Amino acid sequence: MIHKYKLAGYNIVLDVNSGGVHVVDDLTYDILDNIEPPFNDKCPENVIEKLLKFYKKEDIESCYDEVIELYTEKILFSDDDYEKYAKFSVSSPVKAMCLHIAHDCNLRCKYCFASTGDFGGGRKLMSFETGKKAIDFLLEKSADRENLELDFFGGEPLMNFDVVKQIVEYARSKESEYKKRFRFTITTNGMLLNDSNTEFINKEMSNVVLSVDGRREVNDKVRKRVDGTGCYDTIMPKFKALVDARGDKDYYVRGTFTKYNLDFSEDVFSLYEAGFDQISVEPVVCDQCEPYAITEGELPQIFKEYEKLSQRILDLEKTGKKFNFFHFMLDLDQGPCAIKRLRGCGSGNEYVAITPDGDIYPCHQFVGNPDFKMGNLDDGTFDLEMKETFAGANIYTKPECKKCWAKFYCSGGCNANNYQYAGDIHNAHKLSCQLQKKRLECAIMLKAAKIDNINDFN
Amino acid sequence: MKHIKTINKANLKAA
Repeated sequence: MIHKYKLAGYNIVLDVNSGGVHVVDDLTYDILDNIEPPFNDKCPENVIEKLLKFYKKEDIESCYDEVIELYTEKILFSDDDYEKYAKFSVSSPVKAMCLHIAHDCNLRCKYCFASTGDFGGGRKLMSFETGKKAIDFLLEKSADRENLELDFFGGEPLMNFDVVKQIVEYARSKESEYKKRFRFTITTNGMLLNDSNTEFINKEMSNVVLSVDGRREVNDKVRKRVDGTGCYDTIMPKFKALVDARGDKDYYVRGTFTKYNLDFSEDVFSLYEAGFDQISVEPVVCDQCEPYAITEGELPQIFKEYEKLSQRILDLEKTGKKFNFFHFMLDLDQGPCAIKRLRGCGSGNEYVAITPDGDIYPCHQFVGNPDFKMGNLDDGTFDLEMKETFAGANIYTKPECKKCWAKFYCSGGCNANNYQYAGDIHNAHKLSCQLQKKRLECAIMLKAAKIDNINDFN
Repeated sequence: MKHIKTINKANLKAA
């Protein structure tokens, strides 16, 4: 399977099963519409005849020879022989956990998937006792995995920061005994950041996610305090202070775009101009009846905006400046192995979420849905049958993914979105798919554009 | 190659 497209003056061909990315001239782009395996030694006469209106015969023949050469090298029209590896999709040790340290929040963001912080189950904070049990669960279920990840999530985690500190201290105290290394992350809206918790976060958290949507007017339209006022002017100086003190440790400023700001490249650049260089601005995923929802009707405008954003990034890099945009980050040479790409994020199998009540869910997006409660830390239950179901989900058990050109980059999409908006974790959420594919096309183009003379075919 | 430039290793072939 190949996927080819034109973007920003480049003709790009992706060989899906080898991962090969080729930049081609117009002749190759056209010839690929007319040939497919099995190939003859010489270019078929009907193909030559068809293309002679636009190209010279000797060029058509030499182009055909190059296609055959790459086919022989198995980096063009390569076979899909990965299904045999889907058997590796089996139950695995739990190595990552999302700890819902607070089911409460001091903001009332309109699009919040967590029902403004309480996930529909009432406002509550996790106790240290429950946090300890969560750490013990992770130590027990992680088998031989040495690197364990723990995300402090909410709601707003800073509303329960004393317990965050206690849990970090407890987990660190177990590292040498169990021969494990904890990697902590925290996601915050920034309202309660101060010198003290900023210092702790920068010392202990491997990654910090700072929630802000971009321009002041965009952010404050949807990210409001309980009294209805915006939060931009409160959080931005705190975020800047945290990042400035953070050195080279990971962070993201992370925003959501909605129907209200389809010109979201302005928000990305607003965050860059505010002094941040690790940026994510992502489409809202919500019920289609919400006034801010993104629907099929907005896709053409969003696609143009992603193209505009990629061009603006190229223009910026020509001036010697740069930032990372999360959804355009792509490693074409040293990415994860094909097995990982088959399996995706590992929710419900390698990754679980724990609520303040000690309930276990496949991930933070499933929290609050009783059909997906996997167990509870207090009563020691853990639904291994559900774990097997999630472990078995891969791009070859998802019918639409199996035949999709983007499958090794998207890995079957988000199980929670698939369930919530397409009815089953194995059904692709088409709106997310279309956005993902557009971002991938832009990301691959950005890689090609950075190579000197890549478009010089003379 | 006159018509095609491959820009990566193409070696996919297996939180």
